[in-house]
Amino acid sequence: MEERSVAEAETEAKAETGAGAGPDVVAGDQGGPVAPGDLGDPSAPVIATRSLTKRYRGGQLAVDGLDLTVPAGSIFGFLGPNGSGKTTTIRMLMGLIEPTSGTARVLGQPMPRSSRAVLPHVGALIEGPALYGFLSGRDNLLRYDAADPTADPRTRRTRVETALDRVGLSAAAGKKARAYSLGMKQRLGLAAALLQPRKLLVLDEPTNGLDPQGMREIRTLVRELASDGTTVFLSSHLLDEIEQVCTHAAVMAQGRLITQGAVADLAAGARGRLVVRTPDTADAARVLKEQGVADVVVEEERVTGEPPEGELADLNAALVVARVRVRGFGVERASLEDAFVALTGEGFDVAG
Amino acid sequence: MSQVEMSGAELPAPALRKPNPLWTLGLVRSELGTTFRRWRTRALLAVLAAVPILIGIAVKSETGGGTGGGGHGGDAGPAFIAQVTNNGLFLVFTALAATLPFFLPMAIGVIAGDAIAGEANSGTLRYLLVAPAGRTRLLFAKYTTTMVFCLVATLVVALSALAVGALLFPLGDLTTISGTRISFADGLVRALLIALVVAASLVGVAALGLFVSTLTNSGIAAMATTVGLVITVQILDQIPQLHALQPYLFSHYWLSFADLMREPVYWNDLLRNLGLQALYAAAFGSAAWARFTTKDITA
Repeated sequence: MEERSVAEAETEAKAETGAGAGPDVVAGDQGGPVAPGDLGDPSAPVIATRSLTKRYRGGQLAVDGLDLTVPAGSIFGFLGPNGSGKTTTIRMLMGLIEPTSGTARVLGQPMPRSSRAVLPHVGALIEGPALYGFLSGRDNLLRYDAADPTADPRTRRTRVETALDRVGLSAAAGKKARAYSLGMKQRLGLAAALLQPRKLLVLDEPTNGLDPQGMREIRTLVRELASDGTTVFLSSHLLDEIEQVCTHAAVMAQGRLITQGAVADLAAGARGRLVVRTPDTADAARVLKEQGVADVVVEEERVTGEPPEGELADLNAALVVARVRVRGFGVERASLEDAFVALTGEGFDVAG
Repeated sequence: MSQVEMSGAELPAPALRKPNPLWTLGLVRSELGTTFRRWRTRALLAVLAAVPILIGIAVKSETGGGTGGGGHGGDAGPAFIAQVTNNGLFLVFTALAATLPFFLPMAIGVIAGDAIAGEANSGTLRYLLVAPAGRTRLLFAKYTTTMVFCLVATLVVALSALAVGALLFPLGDLTTISGTRISFADGLVRALLIALVVAASLVGVAALGLFVSTLTNSGIAAMATTVGLVITVQILDQIPQLHALQPYLFSHYWLSFADLMREPVYWNDLLRNLGLQALYAAAFGSAAWARFTTKDITA
């Protein structure tokens, strides 16, 4: 009897993965408290929610039926205006808030039920850094590390120094945290997220309060971490930030998910615009209309329109034949902002 | 050999992250360190240490005016205060009797009330929880720390009183409330016992404060509420019409520690006090746990 059931389990496993998965894998899959990322398939989504909903007491619907999928190894941009439900979503993913309905899985385990198994593999910066002002930067990190029951106290000091070094705070580590600037606090918050090797980093507005140099450093750090295989979940209200570092993105507005996917696909969804630079704007506009270009707009020294199907060089030739002095000709690639405006029909700074 | 074993165990540790059950106590240690490094904690302890000094000086300067300084009520404090001039050890009992109604519970109220609410207020609570500290584990660390503070605060009062008593007054054999003589060494043992009982008397307030602390995100509000409750309960305990209610007030048997100075020791009220404190700790400890483990952390 027993032999047969093992054999059955094995064939099932083979059928599922299509590979020669032994019974160990099956056992590992069912064992709850084992480190989550070690088991199962590495291409499984790192975060997966199904109809995740949060209604606060008082009836305010903060997150409404969210189906979010964050692929492993991605740098995932989580976009949305302030008040669109990003932070509530992150808090539900981190087990700080109980969802009203729906489910959330992080690293393959249900949250908030598996917080203890999942969270040691997750570094998080949520709604800005929070520090003990009367402790030094170093002591803040020592305290946060002591809070993690899976953190080895024998390596604590070294790991803290490494994290401080990684965010460029080694020199200020002995200063009281209340004397830190916002940028330094932000770095210390990041260092706390990097105390252990992580499988997932959740960074909520990580560049807030940083100067341009600091922002660039953080972006470099994020790319570096991602290239080590860490999945980075980055929330931001800054479109160009997402566009610069993210491979995937999701857009939220008023508690709902508007779209998600690879950044390239999202931007491609909005078409680019044909741009002609010329001093002869009136002539150019006329020729373009004759050639079938729609939505022609005349600006100063510049005429734009929707690019037609077909060869663009012919269009340029037609302009030249009509003696339009063409100084520049081309298609401007659509930005994520264009995509966002196309999706929501509103500007980005509007709060829900 | 142990060296080899150590390095063998250390190498795979970071990769496998197999946690040692003992590491979980790191949070209690960190909590203790954090609490006692706060200026606020040190200031509270300094105030508590100052009370016996003030009483000692007051008694010393009154000594010329003859005996019988305390004719207020029939309770323990004044009874002890009359004997301080004869034996400095009595300053320990006097100081504990003087600080137990207000100073000590207020200090506990500040520490307990701030325990969770203060972390929520500064936002550090969310980072502790995603570390992940674990809600039950964090609450346990907080309650342990508050109880350690109860003990430390009481010992600070007792030791300060002992030092001041030894400096200002003679030491030696002492007379119990029952009139028998005991040796100074026996007296010291009883003083230590009394300090422990006083510390245990504060366990109920500590649990109450911790519960209040889970209800709000404002550390100040939690501290004020706890201290307010301490004062209210003491007032209720003085109203004769509430006679039926009074045995259930956490402060009702507080001054029973004086019974340890009887010969033989009168245990009835002492045990009632400890039982009542255990009841408060269980009731408000569970309430705090129930509240904290289901609470949405939005701060």
